[in-house]
Amino acid sequence: MPTRRETFGVGAATALALLARRARAADDDPWPSLAAQIFDGKPISSGADVLAIDAPYRAMDAALVPVDISILPGADGARRVRRLTLVVDANPSPLAAQFEFGADAGIDHLSTRVRVNDYTNIHAVAEMTDGALLAVSRFVKAAGGCSAPALTGTANAIPLGTMRWRLLPQKPDAPAGTREAQLMIRHPNYSGMQMNQLTRLYIPADFIQKLRIWQGDRPLLAVAGGISLSENPEFRFRFRPEGTAPFRADAEDSKGHRFHSEFPAAAV
Amino acid sequence: MDPANAGDIANLGVVVGGDAVAVIDTGGSVAVGAALRAAIRAITKVPIRYIINTHEHPDHVFGNAAFSDATFVGHHRLPAVLAERGPYYLQSYRDQLGPDEIAKVRIIPPGVLVQDESTLDLGGRVLHLRAAASPAHSHCDLAVLDAASSTLFAGDLLFVRHVPVLDGSLMGWLSLLRQLSATPALRAVPGHGRQVVAWPSGLADEQRYLATLAADARRLIAEGVPLGQAVARIDQAERGQWQLFDDYNPRNATAAYGELEWQ
Ligand SMILES: [Zn+2]
Repeated sequence: MPTRRETFGVGAATALALLARRARAADDDPWPSLAAQIFDGKPISSGADVLAIDAPYRAMDAALVPVDISILPGADGARRVRRLTLVVDANPSPLAAQFEFGADAGIDHLSTRVRVNDYTNIHAVAEMTDGALLAVSRFVKAAGGCSAPALTGTANAIPLGTMRWRLLPQKPDAPAGTREAQLMIRHPNYSGMQMNQLTRLYIPADFIQKLRIWQGDRPLLAVAGGISLSENPEFRFRFRPEGTAPFRADAEDSKGHRFHSEFPAAAV
Repeated sequence: MDPANAGDIANLGVVVGGDAVAVIDTGGSVAVGAALRAAIRAITKVPIRYIINTHEHPDHVFGNAAFSDATFVGHHRLPAVLAERGPYYLQSYRDQLGPDEIAKVRIIPPGVLVQDESTLDLGGRVLHLRAAASPAHSHCDLAVLDAASSTLFAGDLLFVRHVPVLDGSLMGWLSLLRQLSATPALRAVPGHGRQVVAWPSGLADEQRYLATLAADARRLIAEGVPLGQAVARIDQAERGQWQLFDDYNPRNATAAYGELEWQ
């Protein structure tokens, strides 16, 4: 799979954070300068005919804001979406994730969860196979998601990097031959802005940086992630499974820990 | 909390012993704390010696500064949780209390820490304190039993009529309630809602709400319904049973989903 822009170093995140702050001082909307930085100044058109983005207007938990992106049926004609970039404009590290779609994976729907630090637009930008950039956005009211303490639930007892994979029950309105998959990774995805309750020191950033999912040798989805993805990152995507080869997933966090899991395709 | 109610939304307790008064929670502003102090002064001259905070939430601790000469008592994790969240609470409740009231608030951590179980002797009257081992309603819940009046001051471990608010662990809360229900008391003072209920029967509504929250979240997770769609479908049978349902149920549903999807 293409590897361009795969890693999100903390350095890059900091540069973007500074940029975002500067942009806000000059003008209330950080998006124009963020977009110029992330996409090398390339023109970005409205993606309303090709993409739809959904997120709750008022988030219930700023550390766990679901974002849902659909590629509209038939909208992309001969070209398809090659890469999808998710940007939480007002976050200290706005570049939340980039998703590379496998060439024949048939992905037309994707969702994940992000941290939202302040009232913000969330942008989804599709890079099409012809190079065009198409953007849609959604405004979300939430605050404090990047510094919210880690969850206290049952996941804490589960080893770091444990992955769970599910092929979800087929929905009646889903196109024939598609399935929705869910991959969850147990990882605190520390933002670097959370405090340890006992030591009262900031916990260093430590987050899932790379994730790749295949069926057999066929790449389905690759994710480059940053600290704006929620704790225990979760990804759902609708795709076209083929044959009986098992699914496998590789992940790497920013400290260099690698995780690998394989899941049988029997349920397809 | 808002400027109109000045943060006066939680139930507060007072227990008068032979040589000490204990206050259980101080309300959501210094004005509430000061009013409570004046009310105590009107009924007894015994010194107000102990301020027990049942957990970290602003509506229970923001009145602490009205009693700054007393000894503060709380869960052993309360100092750390207040250090971590206190600044955020002061910032985020600024609009709700107004700048004048928020300027008076002091985050005062307890000096006497309860590890597991402990007692406070008020002079011929002993309070039994029990610190939750793990997060339940909040991250550091503490329940107080006054055996003399057979009254359990449950803090926000017990909500009556006011919809329960989950900020700790749903599974932790449910399991703690099973233990707490065995507490030998005839009545309980909830953190919000009615002032006094029979114990343990007054716990039934909350247990049902929380159990349904867990059951609905589990079922929707198993069906593959994503978080964004699941929230509006969790605990809907409880709508109409509770005040402030629409203010807090979506948050509770989100927290329950996040907690249970890894079970
Ligand atoms: Zn509370």
